Amino acid sequence: MQQNSPQQTPAQPSLVPPGETPPPEGRDPPPHRVTLAAREVQPARECFGIEHLSLFYRDKQALFDVSMSIPEKQVTAFIGPSGCGKSTLLRCCNRLNELIDGVRTEGAINLRGENIYTRGTDISNLRRRVGMVFQKPNPFPKSIYENVAYGLRIQGIKNRRLIDRTVEEALRGAALWDEVRDRLHENALGLSGGQQQRLVIARAIAIEPEVLLLDEPASALDPISTLKIEELIFELKASYTIVIVTHNMQQAARVSDYTAFMYMGNLVEFGATNEVFTTPKKKQTEDYITGRYG
Amino acid sequence: MAICSPNRLSGTLKTWARTGNPWVWLTAGAVSLSLVMVFGILFLIASNGLRHFRAAAVAQITFAEGAGAPLLGEIVDRESVTAVRAREAGGRVPADATMVERFLIKRGNRDIGGEDFRWINAPDIQTLDYPADAYTVERLEWGNLYGRIKALHEGGTSVPLVELQPRLARVVALRADIDHLERVAIGGTNYALDALHRREKAQRKAGATPAALASLAAEEKALAARYAGFTAELEAKNVAISRDRLRLETIEGETREVPLAKVVRAYAPNQMSLRQQVAHYGASLWEFLSAQPREANTEGGVFPAIFGTVLMVVMMSILVTPLGVITAVYLHEYAKPGAVTSAIRIAVNNLAGVPSVVYGVFGFGFFVYLVGGSVDRAFFADALPSPTFGTPGLLWSSLTLSLLTVPVVIVATEEGLSRIPRAIREGSLALGATKAETLWRMVLPMATPAMITGLILAVARAAGEVAPLMLVGVVKLAPTLPLDGNFPFLHLDRKFMHLGFHIYDVGFQSPNVEAARPLVYSTALLLVLLIMSLNLAAIRLRNRLREKYHAAE
Ligand SMILES: Nc1ncnc2c1ncn2[C@@H]1O[C@H](COP(=O)(O)OP(=O)(O)OP(=O)(O)O)[C@@H](O)[C@H]1O
Ligand SMILES: [Mg+2]
Repeated sequence: MQQNSPQQTPAQPSLVPPGETPPPEGRDPPPHRVTLAAREVQPARECFGIEHLSLFYRDKQALFDVSMSIPEKQVTAFIGPSGCGKSTLLRCCNRLNELIDGVRTEGAINLRGENIYTRGTDISNLRRRVGMVFQKPNPFPKSIYENVAYGLRIQGIKNRRLIDRTVEEALRGAALWDEVRDRLHENALGLSGGQQQRLVIARAIAIEPEVLLLDEPASALDPISTLKIEELIFELKASYTIVIVTHNMQQAARVSDYTAFMYMGNLVEFGATNEVFTTPKKKQTEDYITGRYG
Repeated sequence: MAICSPNRLSGTLKTWARTGNPWVWLTAGAVSLSLVMVFGILFLIASNGLRHFRAAAVAQITFAEGAGAPLLGEIVDRESVTAVRAREAGGRVPADATMVERFLIKRGNRDIGGEDFRWINAPDIQTLDYPADAYTVERLEWGNLYGRIKALHEGGTSVPLVELQPRLARVVALRADIDHLERVAIGGTNYALDALHRREKAQRKAGATPAALASLAAEEKALAARYAGFTAELEAKNVAISRDRLRLETIEGETREVPLAKVVRAYAPNQMSLRQQVAHYGASLWEFLSAQPREANTEGGVFPAIFGTVLMVVMMSILVTPLGVITAVYLHEYAKPGAVTSAIRIAVNNLAGVPSVVYGVFGFGFFVYLVGGSVDRAFFADALPSPTFGTPGLLWSSLTLSLLTVPVVIVATEEGLSRIPRAIREGSLALGATKAETLWRMVLPMATPAMITGLILAVARAAGEVAPLMLVGVVKLAPTLPLDGNFPFLHLDRKFMHLGFHIYDVGFQSPNVEAARPLVYSTALLLVLLIMSLNLAAIRLRNRLREKYHAAE
């Protein structure tokens, strides 16, 4: 398992080995940079540092000593066969797994250098900073407007004008505004699946998190809606760190800067997307990408 | 299919079974059976209960020689009995008859003598007609009087009979005035005097200044003056109401003087037009709904019982909903699933099966004696030894019934909570809501339809419950309503009347069962309708909420 740890992956965007403290903010970007052929070189500061993370659902281990460093303001894709632990890993990043009975986590996840798995962590604040879009769209049984405004209301914001504005911006941001502007106060469950998916994205970005975790945001969508969401991801990248789980190789190749390939709870390979897709270091990765596995 | 070998038949049966049709028939049969039973009992109650309000025709019956004096009365029932039974009951039965028809006659005139109700065999009857001049006079006491009006007079001077209805209306108005005077004005003054005396007693105990006592005395004097004013007014009205009298002759030839003050209604049912019939029906129905009971509850209205039932159910709902919902939220959202939680859950479910009278005993011992007694000692010590809360009353009844119904609310609420998809909760938490915020803003609103379902079941159970109430607060006749114009308006310590108990009391405890029977049906019908409308109101509310959160169920 350790063989997959980031230290041994040359293309690893971060130089921070697990266990060491990451560089404080404001320091020079790490000297070792990832260079993507088609893309601009960016300072890949670490957003999430996952260190030796293992997770157990009761006795069943679902993650095995995963370590990686997710860079800031980049799109990182998790790929891997069904049941390999992508969602589980994603849900570790906002500590949503611990709601499930019998879940035990080992290791650490640092969000900008601070371990979120300590006792003192303010979980609601963490979840405010790390937004999440679920594998299945889960709009609340309220109006479209109230769905988007929910996060703001939770924060105690009462100013109507501010809420109105934020709702509109979030819906525009999620490319949904034009479709729902006339029916903001209708029940969100009346939206189509793709619209619902964009609605929950709008809901997540309305509270302006630092990170967006997207769990197969396009799994149930037609090609056009998928395209819309991908465009959305491109736009959001400017201001958010995005982690996306996808089963669609083309999509991963299109939207992501970094790719992590997981298999049976292990992180097999992690690196810049074009390298993972063109010159995978592991045979398992190559097999999966070329479609030789299940 | 005419000639079927057993083999062939079983084959056809098998294919028939495979179509699923038997299953459809079975389920449809079960549904229709339940419907037949429900509507059957409703029809029985309704047909008997609604008959009570019409102006029944008055029949005059004469008998063959030697079979008795003529009769005037209402035919309330008819049946066929075997000749043997009819002979045993007395009366002449033709020798060759096997079945005899007989009538139950309500003769009224209870104060004159003889039985109120009498069975008469059809063969005995010589003539049966409905004389137009036969009058039914409903009285405040002694039930109906049947006879012919001889005169209406005012202190000896005769008044034309056309004056009867207007003068009766005057009496009714006066009676309402007197009732209001007695209950609201004089009753209120009495209540205030009582409160004043209690205050005085307390102040004396605490060593009040003479000035304070003097002001109390002044207050008392003012109240006493008001009291005297009201009694004088009452006196005057009482004189006014007893001005007119009605003279009737009964079929037996006796003359009766009835003061109009004692008459509720007087009418000649045999000459009533359809419009008058309808008006009469409406008036007596209204009396039933709005008036106080009379004559040991066998006549008059059931308003205090309606009021008591509704108020008790409302109070019970107010108490049981928070209790049940909070318990369910704790059990479902906070308690760690394990042996203790499931033990509690099982215990709660079993509580629903405890006989209700056990709750009554518990309520009596715990609430009335223990809690009520302590409350009295702590807060109403001045009034002791007469108890305030240490006696059965509205509060204890509501509490007892909420204990009785709380399992239903808990179970329904828990069901509702568990139906809320995990994804919705996670969605809320992922936006930074805490568990409590998620509960308040998302989970509880979505579970309200389920809570109301629980409440509906609780109301249905509580409104029909009688046994425990007999121990903790229901009485046959309550002098005052638990809600009135005297501070603090809602008197939780008062005893109250209840439709369910009313049915029991009128049907089984009254001296004149035959006379009370129609009222039992009417009251039962009313109780059913009341529960139905309470339920419909709750269901409408639930549907509105369900529409709002239509993912919840
Ligand atoms: N609540 C749970 N309780 C027990 N085991 C779970 C639970 N959730 C997930 N698992 C198990 O953990 C493993 C990883 O699941 P996870 O949902 O992370 O897979 P995934 O990679 O997201 O798959 P998919 O692509 O199908 O969504 C699976 O074997 C799954 O059975
Ligand atoms: Mg998944």
